[in-house]
This record gives sequence, C-alpha cells and structure tokens, in this order.
Amino acid sequence: MRVVLGLDVGSVSTNLVAMDEGQNVVHSSYLLTAGRPVEAVQEAVADLWRALPSCSVAASGTTGSGRELAAEVLGADVVKNEITSHAVAALSVCPDVRCVLEIGGQDSKVIIVENGVVTDFAMNTVCAAGTGSFLDRQAQRLGIDIRDLGRLALASRNPVRIAGRCAVFAESDMIHKQQMGCSVEDIVRGLCEALVRNYLNNVAKGKAIRQPVFFQGGVAANEGMRKAFEESLGCPVIVPERHKVMGALGAAIIASRQRLKSSRFRGFGLSQTRFESRGFECDGCSNACEVVELVMGESVIARWGGRCGRWERLGAAGA
Amino acid sequence: MKLTFPHMGDFWVVMRAALDELGLDTVVPPPSSKRTVTLGTRYAPETACFPLKLCLGNMLEAIDMGADAVLMAGGSGPCRFGYYAQVEKQALWDLGKHVDFHVLEPPQTHPRELLGSLAALLGHRCSRVPRALRIGWEKALACDEVLKQSLLLRPREDSPGVTSRLYSKAIHAVDEASSIGDIRRAVNAFVQEAGAHARAQDGGLGLRIGVIGEIFMIMDSFANAGIEEKLGKLGATVDRKMTITGWVRTHLFPWPWKRVPGPDPVKSARPYLNHFVGGDGIESVGYTVLGARENLDGMVHLLPFTCMPEIVAKSVLPQVTQDLGIPVLSLSLDEHTGEVGLMTRLEAFVDLLTARKGATCR
Repeated sequence: MRVVLGLDVGSVSTNLVAMDEGQNVVHSSYLLTAGRPVEAVQEAVADLWRALPSCSVAASGTTGSGRELAAEVLGADVVKNEITSHAVAALSVCPDVRCVLEIGGQDSKVIIVENGVVTDFAMNTVCAAGTGSFLDRQAQRLGIDIRDLGRLALASRNPVRIAGRCAVFAESDMIHKQQMGCSVEDIVRGLCEALVRNYLNNVAKGKAIRQPVFFQGGVAANEGMRKAFEESLGCPVIVPERHKVMGALGAAIIASRQRLKSSRFRGFGLSQTRFESRGFECDGCSNACEVVELVMGESVIARWGGRCGRWERLGAAGA
Repeated sequence: MKLTFPHMGDFWVVMRAALDELGLDTVVPPPSSKRTVTLGTRYAPETACFPLKLCLGNMLEAIDMGADAVLMAGGSGPCRFGYYAQVEKQALWDLGKHVDFHVLEPPQTHPRELLGSLAALLGHRCSRVPRALRIGWEKALACDEVLKQSLLLRPREDSPGVTSRLYSKAIHAVDEASSIGDIRRAVNAFVQEAGAHARAQDGGLGLRIGVIGEIFMIMDSFANAGIEEKLGKLGATVDRKMTITGWVRTHLFPWPWKRVPGPDPVKSARPYLNHFVGGDGIESVGYTVLGARENLDGMVHLLPFTCMPEIVAKSVLPQVTQDLGIPVLSLSLDEHTGEVGLMTRLEAFVDLLTARKGATCR
C-alpha cells in the first residue's frame, strides 16, 4: 500500500496520520513529545511500521512548532504551518466549515473560513491560560486524570466562577474555592467556563464566529470545554472524530497535493538511525547566536538558529 | 566630548554623517546583539517597551567604547517615548555613568528646549550646519533608496540571502562615503549588483504586503527579527511608507521638507481614528486605509509589547478590515528570540493572502 504521511510535532504531543491513495486514514497515532521531539518522531514512525509493515511512503508533510526539525528527521516533502494544516483538515471533513477553534498543548488559535478559504486567524500571544498544559496541570493538582476532567465538569450542578484572564489568577481562584469547600465537579466546570471566556475574549476577540464551528486539538477531547463553548457561543460546536490529529491530517492532505516523482522520505530505517542534536554558540559576532545542528549518523544534516544565515547553508558535508 | 546615539535601524548612518560633518566626535554602538538586549533589559525599568531597552543597551555598549555623551530624540504626547531620554539618563546615572544627555525635543511643541540643546551641542559650529544637514539628508535618502530596492528585489532573488548580504554591504558603503558622489555611487552599485541577482518574474501571485506600526520596531530589523526579510523570503514584496526620511520629515525637522510625499496618513485615518493617540497609532490606521486603496494584499502591524498607541490602533484596525477588506496581522514583539511562533503566523498570513488572491484571480 502506498501512503501519504502527515506528522504534527507539537509542544506536548506528536501525532502521525497515514492516508491511502483514496485519502482514507489507515493509521493514526498520538504520542507525547515529552521534550524530545526527535525520539517522538522516530517512535511514531516505528509505530506505523509495526502497524503497516508493507506500506511505502509516496509523500510526507510536517506541521506543528517542531515542523522544521521533524522535516529533517523524516525527510518530509512539505513543511506547513499548523494554522493552514488545521484549516485544510477541517475543510476535508466538512467543506462548509466557517470557524475552527483549536486548543493544543501550548497555544490556541481561531481560524475563520469563508467559502473554503481562510480569511482570518489569531493565535494566543502572551498567555498560557486557556491551553492544554494549564488544564493538565490543574487536573494533576486536583489529583484527577485529565481524561476524566470533561466527565466531571458535566456532572457539575452549580459551577463556581473562576477568573480566566490569567493562569495565575485562575489557579489562586481555584485554590480559594477548593478551600471554601466547593466540589471538584463545580470547580472543574468553572475552570472550563473560565478558559472558554478567556479564549473568546483574547484569542477570538473581534472575530465573527459563524456556524458550522469545529473544535479541534487535544483539549477538544474534554466534553466540559465543548459544552462551555456551546453555551457561550449559543450554537452547536462540532468535535470531529479525529480532533486530536487534525494538524497531522492537514499536513498529509497538503503533502498529497504535491505532484512528486519520488518522496524525500528517509525510509523506515530512520527509527533505528542515531540522530543527535547539539547546540553551540557561534563566535562570529557579538550576537553569539545559539546554533543547533542535527547530526544523522556521522554527518550534519541541518542547522538552525543563526541570524545571518552563515550556518544554515550546509557546505559539502557541513561547513 | 564623544557623542553616541541609538541605532534605530540604519539611522545611525545619518547621525554619524551629520555629526562628523559638524566636527563632533562620535561613537556608533556595536551592532545590536544578544548582549545589547541583555544589558538593556537588566538596567531598564521592567515595564518599559522593547525599544527603550534596546536603546539603553546600545548606549551602555557605546559608553564601554568611550562615549561620554548621548544624543536622543524627545517627544510629547501619550506615548512614553517622550520621557525615554530622562529614564535612560537616570538608568545610566544610577550605574555611575554620568554622561551628558542632549535631547532634541520636537520643534512643534518644545521649540525653546530644542534650540537650547542645539546651542549647547553646536557652540561655534553653526557655520557647518548647512553642510551637515545636506550630507545627512543625502545619506538618509540613500539608505531609503537601498531599502526600497531591497524590498522589491528580495522576493525574486536567485540565491537565498544574497539581497540581505548586499544590503548590509551597501549600507556600510553609504556610511563610509564622504562625498555626495560616493553616496550615489554606493546606491547605484547596490541596485546593479542586487538587480543582477533578481529573477525576472517571481512565478507566484506577486503578493504585496504593507508593514505598519511603531516606527522603531519597523525600522530596526534587529528589534523586529528581520520581519521584512522573512516576508521577502516567503515571496512577498514589502511596501513600507515609514522610513528614515519620512521620520526625519515628520519628527526631527518638519521644516523645510514639511510633509511626507503622497496622501496624508493622518487625514486618511478618518473616520476610524480622528485624533492623535501618541506615537504612530494614527499613522498605522491611516496607512492601512491607504494600503487598501492601493490594493495591497494585506498589512503586517508591528507593536512593541505594552505599546499604548499601537494597542489603540490594533483595536481600530478590525473595523478597517471589515469595511475595506484588507487583512491585518498584528504582532506584539518583545525580547523573545524563539522565532517559530513568528514564522507560523507569517506563513499562515501569506497562505491566507495567497488563497484570497488566488480566489479573486480565478
């Protein structure tokens, strides 16, 4: 089977989607990045190989904040930002979609679509309140599994008010309410409402949100968040089946649109190859850029982080 | 006296030329770097905006090189910039660096203060002023021309980064030029060399993106993480109306050049923003309206984090977008060096504009 791969390397999770020629998803995986993106990519590829040992890769695309690094490790044909990828994926599920709400591990975005074309978007700029990591941390603090958060929120009968503007304010409000004796269900529901309020006031500020509205990203698994969005927006919010891997799906679709003779894909052996990334400070000028180079086996395959472009141009086998 | 001044993009070229011509000793700070940011953020008030921190870093590095006096622009109005010279002086004096401060206040609001500082600075050198202004102005025009051409050529460059390399070479040639003829030769050399590296057609849709916002963040490519270069590499031609000569015309010497050529951005901002909000807020709105009229595909709006005038502009701009159909991407910048988030937004914005333009073309 010939497949097209989409790989989304985010701050928290690394997701892989494989599509067959008919654009059907034949494999998808969701792994934690755990601060080691290269290993996460290798593991995701090994996982695919175990699931579909006879497949060959026709094209591949990467997205997410680790997309450049992932593209080098994977040998990707396309590198695409996650905003476009998420929009493309939502449009593939529902061609009429007009708004995509996406909340991931470290960032959240809103994408406005008109007639199948992205017309506006925004991403949170300054604040962690309203991202998956914050929910994760609060779940941990309350001693509950993150997967139970949504169910607990729905069980609430009297949600408490939690400040939503800032993660610090939210946390101190939660502690205060907890010490007053409010139930965990009510606090968790209040937290979901606060995050939605913060998202709509900050990220989606001034944007006209029209139906159909899609809700994607890891946080979309939280039923409490979806409910809070529906109540706030006053309209149904659709969580697509593959909400967790929509970025990867979008990257795969974009890669499949390329007319390639052959893919740059490094082959499944990459999961066994030794990759090493090492950093150094350039001493070319007083800026002392933090340059990172990626080494595969013995050779340097890519460098990043220089401001003047001196290091990014790899000479024969590395400058 | 050894006089220093912040870079503010390529503006240091103009300052050095004019001050040298006056017979004043100058120290140009070393190119802005991580060290500059580290020094600036350590000694500036935490809540100040990034331009102040970077300028303070420039000053500290120049003082290490022997500078003992600072030339700064002043200002008035709601933007905190008007007070920056005083804050910077205090920060330097607190560090035991008792340098002289020469503040050029805007002539419209503080003519006496301006004349006072000019008199203290110039002394008996008044006879040299016309020649200093002439060479300074010629270099300002040269820097702007090199910039303008680089913005046009970069999306079509045949090898990545060549325009930027030739650009810094040209700016240094302009800096070193001692006659008007040399200045013009430096510009022509750039146009020819960079032009030879430009492909005839960029193959794409020929996106044109305007850059607006707070003037320092626009002009200083170190402060804005090379945003114009990044947009150029993504295939977009950048259109920027706020340049060195424009800034000099409106801020430093509103006479005798008086007005920036072309339609007035302040008048164009009506009815979205009808009065001065400090800094360049009204210009940001006005140039967006003008950008829509000139059929630019979109605008990138740069603001230093916590910049009040630009926050006002930012909250007005969605209405302009809605009425005139010109997309605007606002980017709040500070000392961060992680560029992935910035690239994600720029790439997505270029995708958006491409899809939009592609849809209209069809």
